[in-house]
Amino acid sequence: MSHWIILPVLLPAFVAPFIVLAARYHIGIQRVLSVAGVIALVCISAGLAWQASDGTVTLYQLGDWAAPFGIVLVADRLSTLMVLLTSVLALFVLLYAIGSKWDERGRHFHALYQFQLMGIMGAFLTGDLFNLFVFFEVLLIASYGLMIHSGGNVRLRAGVQYVLFNLLGSTLFLFALGSIYAETGTLNMADLAMRVQLIDPEATVGIRIAAVLLLLVFAIKAAVVPLHFWLPSSYAEAPGPVAALFAIMTKVGAYAIIRVYTIVFPPDLEATAGLHGLWLLPVALLSLAIGMVGVLAAKKLDRLVAFSVIGSMGMVMTAIALFTPDGIAAALYYIVHSTLAAGALFLIADLVRTGRANLALTTAPPVAGAALTAGLFFVAAIAMTGLPPLSGFLGKLLILDATFNSPLAVWAWAVILSASLISVIGFARAGSVVFWKAHSIAPTDDTPPQTAPATLSYVAVGGLLTLLVAHTVFAGPAYSYMTATSAQLFAPEPYISTVLDTPGKLSEPKEGY
Amino acid sequence: MELLVASAIGILTAAGLYLVMRLRTFPVIMGISLLTYAVNVFLFASGRLKVGAPPILTDATNYTDPLPQALVLTAIVISFGMTAVVVMVALGAYLGSDDDHVDDPVDDTTKPEDAA
Repeated sequence: MSHWIILPVLLPAFVAPFIVLAARYHIGIQRVLSVAGVIALVCISAGLAWQASDGTVTLYQLGDWAAPFGIVLVADRLSTLMVLLTSVLALFVLLYAIGSKWDERGRHFHALYQFQLMGIMGAFLTGDLFNLFVFFEVLLIASYGLMIHSGGNVRLRAGVQYVLFNLLGSTLFLFALGSIYAETGTLNMADLAMRVQLIDPEATVGIRIAAVLLLLVFAIKAAVVPLHFWLPSSYAEAPGPVAALFAIMTKVGAYAIIRVYTIVFPPDLEATAGLHGLWLLPVALLSLAIGMVGVLAAKKLDRLVAFSVIGSMGMVMTAIALFTPDGIAAALYYIVHSTLAAGALFLIADLVRTGRANLALTTAPPVAGAALTAGLFFVAAIAMTGLPPLSGFLGKLLILDATFNSPLAVWAWAVILSASLISVIGFARAGSVVFWKAHSIAPTDDTPPQTAPATLSYVAVGGLLTLLVAHTVFAGPAYSYMTATSAQLFAPEPYISTVLDTPGKLSEPKEGY
Repeated sequence: MELLVASAIGILTAAGLYLVMRLRTFPVIMGISLLTYAVNVFLFASGRLKVGAPPILTDATNYTDPLPQALVLTAIVISFGMTAVVVMVALGAYLGSDDDHVDDPVDDTTKPEDAA
């Protein structure tokens, strides 16, 4: 049994308390430890992804207890892909937080950051639904701290909304888990997959309710309309680097939907048939439309980016809701793209904030470093709105192609294409108001002297955009990997047999017992 | 007993939801506490209701499912911690802005500068 799988969870779990206990008053040491921890995390994640890339499913039994009695971590293509994406995003966001000195504006930024990573990594790796709930809570409680980092009344108010909404979501999650346990008597995903198939077709009321409750919970995390109301305020008011890290959090919801609804409630399961096509696809298209209309309507740059996250989640959910191998592959390609693009845009919005009183979409005199910031915004906006030549365009093409055989294909095409147009207008308007017209206003004398953002900040944003370019240039290999990942999801037998048939402690008598 | 437990869960949930919709921090936090009580009882009932049976396998006929009890314990700890966090954040927001509304104020066009 390989112990590498638990390292993405354990490493941040040890780095965080060490930062609090040993380096509490030394921001320099905290930074070194935090960056070293995240770099190690990137290496471990890359190793895990490489290990899983040939299709092997590796299992880690906590305490050596065999599933379904013990909790297991499972590393397959999908989970290692998400873990790698998280750690890479976390590295660049952390560099930005250090470069922009956001981490100095309050206490315990680095410790909370590591706890946040621990929760996200655990949520991606676990093979047990109740454990998924626990890791959701770990990532949420760290995110509450990060969200109100450095304080301020507006941020605290948004923080209260965010915490309360997520507490309601957690309660709903527990209700869903209770009904699943009452119906099946297990919460291990592989074991659930077996037992849900055995449920009497005449008595599926309970399991159908459980499936819908669980979908609602994950839809809250993924900010699918009409459960998206927590997102705009909290993402807009959170500190820039924190909002950028939160770009992965909506993807945790998308990941959970992909995972649970391919293995436990697969599309061909009679009891829950129609759940995806009838309900998920229309609300996904609605999210896409509302998100992009929000981009056009936003009065502030940070809110504009937050609504573009809702829109891109709508795009992801549209592809997921098809629940075809092509759809999931396209969704995975788009998830990688949209995480990197949203992260970069939140960081750029924070760059714009330096030197301006607020982020309202009004023209202000040019700020220090405006030319470079404007250039970065231009690239990131092209990526987010899905214009050629960047990966957003390719992702959108893949999703359009995947929706071709869906009964709602006309609607999907109409909404995706018109929403893209609206978002292009929204981003173009924001860019021209904030950057283009800035030179038409002469700086007044009382403007305080400005310093350009630190080079490290630009390196971090540039790094994310470089990854986006790489995601475009290597789109062929990336997409074939996503196709392989999606094929593995639609043939879950190796996953189930690995989880259930691996013996653990006391499954067979060992020497010395 | 089933009726009693079911109606307890129902009443707690209904009262919790009503309080959450009051949109002032104190009732909302009270409502969320009631909801977590409801979900704890619900989780407990998910292992089927049984009186006077130990949660351990002594003989194969008389036992009750131990797993929901473990789940409830975890859920209690987590919801307790989360409630403490939300009380602190809500107190901070209330003391800072002298306003305990949970929803956004109507005029949300201006944004104060970030506290340095």
